[in-house]
Amino acid sequence: MSNSLTSTASVPPVARHDARSSARSLFQAAGMLPALILLALGFHFLGGHRFLTGANLSIIAQQASINTVLASGMTFVILTGGIDLSVGSILAFAAMCGLIVSLMPGLAWLAIPACLGAGLLIGLFNGALIAGVRIPPFIVTLGTLTAVRGLARLMGNDRTIFNADLSFAWIGNDGIAVTSTFTIPWLAVIALAVVVASWFILRRTVLGVHIYAIGGNPAAARLSGIRVGAVLMFVYAASGVLAGLGAVMSSARLYAANGLQLGQSYELDAIAAVILGGTSFVGGIGSIWGTLVGALLIAVLSNGLILVGVSDIWQFIVKGLVIIVAVALDRFRAPTART
Amino acid sequence: MQPRDRTRKTGCCLSETGTLCRSSGARITSPSLNVILPKHYIFLTKHLLSSRRAEGTSAPGPAARTINRETDPMSLAQNPLCDRQDGPPLLQLRGISKTFSGVRVLKDVSLEAHGGEILALMGENGAGKSTLMKILSGAYTADPGGEVRIAGQIEKITNPASARALGIGIIYQELALAPNLTVAENIHLGSELRRNGMIDRAAMSEACRALLLELGAPFGPDDRLSAMSVAEQQLVEIARALHRDARILVLDEPTTALSARETERLFLLIRKLRARGLALIYISHRMDEIDELADRVSVLRDGAHVGTLEKDELSSARIVSMMVGRDLSSFYEKDGSHVRADLPPVLQVEGLTDGRRVQPASFVLQPGEVLGIAGLVGAGRTELARLIFGADPRTGGTVRLGERVLDIRSPRDALAEGIAYLTEDRKALGLFLDMSCSGNINLGVVETDARLGVLDRARGKQRATGSFAALRIKAQTLLTTVGGLSGGNQQKVLLGRLLETGPRVLILDEPTRGVDIGAKTEIYRIINDLAAKGLGILVISSEMAEIIGVSDRVIVMREGQLTGELTGSAITQEAIMSLAVGLAAAPSPLAA
Repeated sequence: MSNSLTSTASVPPVARHDARSSARSLFQAAGMLPALILLALGFHFLGGHRFLTGANLSIIAQQASINTVLASGMTFVILTGGIDLSVGSILAFAAMCGLIVSLMPGLAWLAIPACLGAGLLIGLFNGALIAGVRIPPFIVTLGTLTAVRGLARLMGNDRTIFNADLSFAWIGNDGIAVTSTFTIPWLAVIALAVVVASWFILRRTVLGVHIYAIGGNPAAARLSGIRVGAVLMFVYAASGVLAGLGAVMSSARLYAANGLQLGQSYELDAIAAVILGGTSFVGGIGSIWGTLVGALLIAVLSNGLILVGVSDIWQFIVKGLVIIVAVALDRFRAPTART
Repeated sequence: MQPRDRTRKTGCCLSETGTLCRSSGARITSPSLNVILPKHYIFLTKHLLSSRRAEGTSAPGPAARTINRETDPMSLAQNPLCDRQDGPPLLQLRGISKTFSGVRVLKDVSLEAHGGEILALMGENGAGKSTLMKILSGAYTADPGGEVRIAGQIEKITNPASARALGIGIIYQELALAPNLTVAENIHLGSELRRNGMIDRAAMSEACRALLLELGAPFGPDDRLSAMSVAEQQLVEIARALHRDARILVLDEPTTALSARETERLFLLIRKLRARGLALIYISHRMDEIDELADRVSVLRDGAHVGTLEKDELSSARIVSMMVGRDLSSFYEKDGSHVRADLPPVLQVEGLTDGRRVQPASFVLQPGEVLGIAGLVGAGRTELARLIFGADPRTGGTVRLGERVLDIRSPRDALAEGIAYLTEDRKALGLFLDMSCSGNINLGVVETDARLGVLDRARGKQRATGSFAALRIKAQTLLTTVGGLSGGNQQKVLLGRLLETGPRVLILDEPTRGVDIGAKTEIYRIINDLAAKGLGILVISSEMAEIIGVSDRVIVMREGQLTGELTGSAITQEAIMSLAVGLAAAPSPLAA
């Protein structure tokens, strides 16, 4: 990387500096991070200084972790202009697979691969229908959302599977102790690792370039020689595998899985995190860091609203409105959103 | 006969064949048939039946004429429209201009169309025909200053509804009908008949039955459109326009989707409408149709009205020269010295076809040669290019690169073989507008540059910098988003991407569309440089001057077929236009 190039690249763009465009560039650069910080401070003072404590931050990190993992997969999918509604159901299905395997004598060590494999399988199924048969992603994953939920219930005869001696339970309940009250949960470490890996794929590999290209202009992507089908296969498979990883994390925390309730509406939280993170719903624009902030924002909202004593019902209302406001901001950021 | 005296007084005469002759040369058949208000449909049906009879005989004698007149319940004197026939024309445009974001696409156009005549409107692609038509239809509003007169009255066309109210009907190439509804429902679309607040289907059917009968429609008012052919649907469109009392009917290339038989039937109908006194404006590229139908021809060029030929001055050669008559710009750098005729051809296309829009096409391309593909929009040039590039599936033919027959099934295959294609629509099909210049330039090569799938970012910067220098791309930085660049710079970025893939054959589809004059010159320079390096280059362009300026050789397409090849001094605007519109006397020795 030569010096002259770096210097050319760092020349600030001479844009028209009206108020609107400068406000827009501020949103673009900072995303939702200021909102996250303001919200955290607000909850801290409203909630009697209990919010920004080591113990509470550990809880938030733990609460945000599964959604972060699902949202990372969702980021890949949405960047291509698609959607994956089936992640919650995949999580339930994979967790059922994992727990059933963990109860098999001698095969317990296969529980984690079973979770990931189950997720991969459904993801590939989604991908094959979307890339191969060219059914719109919304319809395919709406179908698997329902069908895989049924599969998950079928697996345990619609009962909760419980395993008190789960070999990998430490993932869900231990962490790296930093101070006496603040530990970094393993769940959060996994989530962060997934985010970093996603960042590497998106920003440092050919695959990442192709993902952005397909989301930005699918017709041009094909004419540029990109194997659009293969890339779509990858993103849905990745979303499936990460849902499987989410299943590992969730069953490690709960020692149990339930086909009916586990992972209900997780896909909505994941999509919300991606959108809050500033990723364009039509694809091509967005970053994994934005998704991380989005997932944290959702976790902070849930935790903080409980802390300041807002009722469960009002939490729903507030969270819903926050998503709408965030998308409105997205419009403001890119007023001529492509369709 | 009183009417006769009257017309003579005002400078018209009733000829032997029962037609009124204007001094301009326009013909008006049976002046009594001019009013087409719905309440007169029954009378009109009678007229048409009688005039159909008259059409059957080559020269209706005085007897037939007398019968016409006698069965006519309205005499000439009672007919308000007829009174104006010797007065102002039905449609008169004066000084119509249209500016789009600073660019004047229509310049001071003045036209007139009389009742009872067919005015053909001709012009090259982009000459302003459709803009003019959209102003008439109310889709666009003309710049202030111009004036539209309908039957002498100054009128304002502000929106489609007001155009309809003024009696202007437009039959677009793309029919605007609801296929799931019946004929009667389509005809009444937007003005449904109601009884007690409910839709009255029976009344609607009845209201258009006579009209359909009169138009000779092979279908009834209750038939559904989904089962009909394009020609029949077109007839429904025409019926709808007439039902809304259209007096001025614009037909935009109405025969493109029709078979020869259907075209014949349509022409019969158009003549019938002329006989009814409608002013018909017929837009077409096909010279034979103009020959057959037009009473007068108005030619647009570069947004300006260059002239109108009266019936007696009509000649295809003259029309063509009016359409192209433009000085060749001097900024083309062409020197045929790069053509390596001594080497085997770099690209050989044989019988390539998609079975629909491209008829089996064969041609060769030498290294260092710039081969122009000329033709009108829709002639199949882009489709041919996409077939070579593997963007669309082909049903037959071979593509050879050097000696090897290629098996290209996708753009990816073509790029791997060294065939690159610059799309005509860079924003929709070429660029990634949200990506940086560097990202766009490197998109075709990231895969080959990468190690184990990980981007080689240093190489990427190198390539982008190289492209910026070689193509003189002007952007803030390598990382500036492409969407914000000017058309010329966007085009260069796209060209940069193609060139980075190291192609042997370059297909450039409208390489200077939407590009300013400076960038244009630079793109011509780049084309010349690339030819000098021995690339084979195909250039598709609708700009006549451009094709002539850059090409060493030109092949012309018309309706999916290669109709001729021109080399050297034979490449003239007239020769290309003749081949493109299918003029019989085409100076086209199709050389191998």
